[in-house]
Amino acid sequence: MVNRMVTGAHYGLRDWLAQRVTAVAIAAYSIFVGAWLLLHPQPGYDGWTGLFSSNVMRTFSLLFLLAVFYHAWIGVRDIVMDYVKPAFIRLAIHVVVILLLVLYTLWSVQILWGM
Amino acid sequence: MPSRPKHLDLFSIKLPLPGFVSILHRVSGALLFLALPLLLWLLQQSLRSIETYTRVSELLQSGLLRLVLLGLLWGFLHHLCAGIRYLLIDAHLVSGLAQARSSSWLVLAVSLSLTALFGVRLW
Repeated sequence: MVNRMVTGAHYGLRDWLAQRVTAVAIAAYSIFVGAWLLLHPQPGYDGWTGLFSSNVMRTFSLLFLLAVFYHAWIGVRDIVMDYVKPAFIRLAIHVVVILLLVLYTLWSVQILWGM
Repeated sequence: MPSRPKHLDLFSIKLPLPGFVSILHRVSGALLFLALPLLLWLLQQSLRSIETYTRVSELLQSGLLRLVLLGLLWGFLHHLCAGIRYLLIDAHLVSGLAQARSSSWLVLAVSLSLTALFGVRLW
């Protein structure tokens, strides 16, 4: 019988692929904002908020942050699975990380649409 | 496998260059995860109002925060370059020992140069 652990990965291929798809999304958005910052090194408040004023930019920014959080979850989970062996501590860290990332998601919506 | 030979003397094992880039990929990823609340807070303060934007600009003048952000910038750029290297390896565009080594050098060099470029340009 296969010994299935409650804190295992379960979906190796799916997460392997998700890690790469989110990475490409993160890279594309970062290169866009990085290039914008190189062109506008001193944007000022109006220039900076102007960049985020359209709903299109806010939506892409939220998608970027969601990609970051999902990417971070897979990465942190892999690190924890490599170095933390006791199942209870592993589970506790996983739960804390998931809660944090869910909180960051709600916070991100507030940041982008509450400005 | 109890009889498998082990050699874990960390002072006599030399990590090969691709292994060095790999562990830095992991370390930089972990650092970026830990920095998420700081980065989100900075984004929020920079967008919220002209007063908070000005305060963040002043905060960014301080040496300590600048050093932290420069470190995170390097972490991000290294993670990005090493990640692109992994995608190229996945696509079989980088293979063999010679390319594994040269691409590792390239990752270290490009991420450090870009960190310097952004550091100079933004400050």
